[in-house]
Amino acid sequence: MSTIHIDPLEKRWLWAIGGMLALFWGVQIYFAAVENMHPPSNVETIESSKMHLSGEFAEENLGVKNEADGSYTVTMVAARYGFYPQEIEVPANTPVKLRIASFDVLHGVHVPFSNMNTMVVPGYVSEVHTQFQTPGSFPMICNEYCGLGHDYMYSKLHVTAGKS
Amino acid sequence: MSITAEHAASLAATSSRPAVTAVQAYGNKLGLWNMWVAFAALALGLPMGLFQAAERSGFFPGIENTAVYFASTSTHGVLLAFVLTTFFAMGWGYHTMAHSVNKKPFFGWTSFWVSLVGTVMAAIPLLTGYASVLYTFYPPEFAHPSFYLGATLLVVGSWFWVADMIIAFVQWKKENPGKPVPLVMFMFTMTALLWGWTSLGVASEAVFQLLPVVFGIAPTIDVGLARTLFSWTLHAIVYFWLMPAYIAMYVILPKEAGGKLFSDEFARIAFVLLFIFSVPIGFHHLYVDPQQAAGWKLLHMFGTFMVAVPTFLTGFTVLASMEIAGRLRGGKGLFGWIGALDWNNPFVLGGGLALLMLTVGGWGGVLNAAYTWDVMVHNTQWITGHFHLIFGGTTVIMYLVAAYWLWPKITGNALFSRALAVWQLWLYFIGMVVLTAPWHVLGLIGQPRRVSTTDQYAAFPEYAQMWGIYEAIMIVGAVMLVVSGFMFVYNLFMTHFNKVPAADTKVEYAVAIHEPMRLPNVLNSLAFWNWAMLAYMILSYGYPIVQFFFMEGHHTIPWGV
Ligand code: HEM
Ligand SMILES: [Cu+2]
Repeated sequence: MSTIHIDPLEKRWLWAIGGMLALFWGVQIYFAAVENMHPPSNVETIESSKMHLSGEFAEENLGVKNEADGSYTVTMVAARYGFYPQEIEVPANTPVKLRIASFDVLHGVHVPFSNMNTMVVPGYVSEVHTQFQTPGSFPMICNEYCGLGHDYMYSKLHVTAGKS
Repeated sequence: MSITAEHAASLAATSSRPAVTAVQAYGNKLGLWNMWVAFAALALGLPMGLFQAAERSGFFPGIENTAVYFASTSTHGVLLAFVLTTFFAMGWGYHTMAHSVNKKPFFGWTSFWVSLVGTVMAAIPLLTGYASVLYTFYPPEFAHPSFYLGATLLVVGSWFWVADMIIAFVQWKKENPGKPVPLVMFMFTMTALLWGWTSLGVASEAVFQLLPVVFGIAPTIDVGLARTLFSWTLHAIVYFWLMPAYIAMYVILPKEAGGKLFSDEFARIAFVLLFIFSVPIGFHHLYVDPQQAAGWKLLHMFGTFMVAVPTFLTGFTVLASMEIAGRLRGGKGLFGWIGALDWNNPFVLGGGLALLMLTVGGWGGVLNAAYTWDVMVHNTQWITGHFHLIFGGTTVIMYLVAAYWLWPKITGNALFSRALAVWQLWLYFIGMVVLTAPWHVLGLIGQPRRVSTTDQYAAFPEYAQMWGIYEAIMIVGAVMLVVSGFMFVYNLFMTHFNKVPAADTKVEYAVAIHEPMRLPNVLNSLAFWNWAMLAYMILSYGYPIVQFFFMEGHHTIPWGV
């Protein structure tokens, strides 16, 4: 059995790497387990070509709903080249659940300066849980190329002062 | 220095060229052709980048055109991410095979021509606006069939190269039982094997999903599955780009700097770790996708941090090797060795600049690995800034260094101008910093990637105002890079036809301080890692792929652009 040559300096560096990894992992475990932060991941399918006909994503059911527990649910459709409804309003510092599905191709939605960011994959429902902290008007922009009109695909999000 | 023709002729007569074997001559020619294709792609791609930066900024209303922008960005991405990288790896890989283990490939020109025909077939629809689907070609948008056929041929061509590298490796080991495979060959074959595994994801997407739709056999496509298969390729492909750059750091840099490689074993360990960790974690490209569950994302986040380990090892070994060189040259004190290095040597300079960009870009990568951070920057310009720094910067600058090293050895002609090379590298580095620093900021202040204009923000004027200055700075960096790119190609071209013979055409790789006489099998063979990869891939991608066959009602019809 041949052994490999490891310099004492290399040994120290290996410990340092191990320490860094432990730190990276530890921070992430903390956020997942204690702060309950998870990426948007609900693995839920939907028939994109029929979803506008009835049910949750039919036109009359889209928009903002205030739930009994004080939280908000926002239902939106992404379709070339817009998010519908085109303007929504939610209070700051209040739990918001955003459910969004694509009618046609791949889209994405991002609200700058926030962690409201998800891909919108046709055939699947995207769900994001977040709270907006800063009142104001923000663009909700499409952040995945979806065709030649992609540049103009956005909605407006109004965050009102709400409760503190 | 100017040299007359007679002087050159007398130099040529006196210079003692080492005899080149037939195998080496073959490897030289094959390598040269492949790498010329690579750098032609670079020369074409860079001006497109400048056009994009300018078009997007809105400062030049005369050139604004959405269709041209996306045709350009699609072509720029394909040329630089697929053509430059694949041909460079194949070219230098074939050269390495000839010079380190003296083996002639079986499929050398087959691989070259298949890949080249594929490239042309993809280029035609790209340039004419029939394949403006960007280099990630996400369904259900579809491009012209020629684009998919061409891309498939490019990959198939590269598979011939993968087979050649593995065959040569195995043959050499049979003929030299118990001996360590030369380090450079070990690293290149690991790179080839990595590319084999990496390309399987996109190849399955193409064969089972895209081509059937393109040719009307399948009416619909499962986009969730397609994205999952593509993610399998999307991360490790960057390691396929990066590994030849690391190879240059390990085998060219220490020797050119005047020292030795700090450790042969650590280099091998870094490469097997790059191999085993980089493929499964492609999953992190799905952090904000709805079709995969949070638990899998958490697991893959741990794996993603692991892939930083081989880069930490590489940084350590390469820096330690440079320190040895600096001290041998008389450098003293904690940092004195840095000044003692010959920074007018393009190889040393390029390596140093690459390491600087790797340090900054690498920490950016560690940030992105955390999904808590990723959700804030996903698909913003932060991402394009990040990969231009580490790919366009670190990786490509090492390709340039390798070319400066290889061209005189292959052609037998002296490097046309060392000074031009040094200026070129500085300009490239400064250009890349000026381009990517504001680019990162744009992402943090909310600009999405892949947009040809910011007019849509008319409703939010404060954003467009905030961005203007950064876009302006980017354009300055872009101009520097284009100039630098042409300086590079000019220098190579003039070297190719230089009448002055090279002083030294021997291909010699850096030697380690302790050259290993024997190595444990895991650091000297492919089989163990190949099986380990199979097991790791089944664990990490098995369920996430199989789940799609048990879901209902999620297929999508194809759309045009
Ligand atoms: C003059 C230097 C360069 C400039 C100004 C430039 C500019 C750009 C721009 C504006 C984009 C579109 C970004 C977006 O909105 O998503 C882009 C994309 C890209 N660039 Fe560059 N680039 C340059 C050099 C390079 C180099 C050297 C490489 C790699 C070798 C590279 C690889 C890519 C890739 C892979 C994409 C992705 C295209 C996509 O998102 O589909 N670029 N570049
Ligand atoms: Cu969109």
